[in-house]
Amino acid sequence: MISCAEAVRQLWEYLEQDLDATDRARVEQHLAFCKRCCGEVEFAEALRGFLRSTPLPSLPTEVEARLVGFLDTLDREAP
Amino acid sequence: MGEEQRSEFAAVAREQLPWLYSLARRLVGEAAEDAVQECLIKAYRGFDGLRDVQAAPAWFRQILLNCVRDRHRRDAGLPRELPVDPLPEGSLYRRIAEADPWPYSDSLHLDFLAVFEEDDVWCVLDRVQPLYRVPLVLVHMEGLSTGQVARMFGVAQGTVLSWLHRGRKLFERELWSYATEHDLVAAPKGARR
Repeated sequence: MISCAEAVRQLWEYLEQDLDATDRARVEQHLAFCKRCCGEVEFAEALRGFLRSTPLPSLPTEVEARLVGFLDTLDREAP
Repeated sequence: MGEEQRSEFAAVAREQLPWLYSLARRLVGEAAEDAVQECLIKAYRGFDGLRDVQAAPAWFRQILLNCVRDRHRRDAGLPRELPVDPLPEGSLYRRIAEADPWPYSDSLHLDFLAVFEEDDVWCVLDRVQPLYRVPLVLVHMEGLSTGQVARMFGVAQGTVLSWLHRGRKLFERELWSYATEHDLVAAPKGARR
C-alpha cells in the first residue's frame, strides 16, 4: 500500500499513462479507498485540461511584419 | 543559396511564423521575437538539411528548441548547474481547500482555475525555471510525449519525467502565488471572466 504523498506524487504520470503496470495498480489501489486523493486526481485532470485549453499566444501583426522583414534581410545577415 | 531556394525558404519559414512565435512565447516569454529570429537564421543556414517540406514544422521546432536551450545556457549557465529550487510542500489542491476562498462554492478548485485569464497563465509560466517550463509546455500544451521530448534533448525519458514532476509542482506553486499577489482569490467568482 502506498501513502497519500506517494500517490499524489504519481498522479500526473498516472493520468499521462506513464506509469508501469505495478505502479499504476498501486495508485489505483490507493484511490479505491482514499477520497481525498480522488479529489487530487480530479483536480490534476482539471489542471491538465486547463493547460491544454489555454489559448495559444497569437502573433501580433506588428511582430509578424518585423519577422517577415527580417526574413527578407536574411540574405544580407547570414553568410 | 540560389534565388529559387531562397524564395522557397522564405515561403516555408513564413508559414511557420505564427505557431513558431506562439511556441517561443510560451518557452521564453517576452524574448519570443528574438528567439524566432535566431531560429530563422539557423534554419536559413541549414536549409539544405530539410529534405521534405512536409517535415518543416518538426524541423523548425527542433531548431527553435536548440535556440531556446542555448539562450537559457547563456542567460543562466548550463541547466544542470542551476540551483535546484526546493519543491513546494503539499499540493495546490489541498492549499485551495484549506484557504477556501469561496466558502459557498461547490466547485472550489475549478473556480480557482477559472480566475486566470490567458495573460495570467503566461505570466505564471514565465515564473517557472526554464529547465522545467520547457518540458511542461511541450508535453502539457503542445501534446508531445515524454519520449519525444527525451529524444529532442538527448536525455533519458526518466529525466523528462523528473523535470515534468518538478515543473508541475513549481507551476502549481506559482499559480497560487500569482493568484494571491494579484488578489484573484479575493475577487468574487466570475468577476474576471
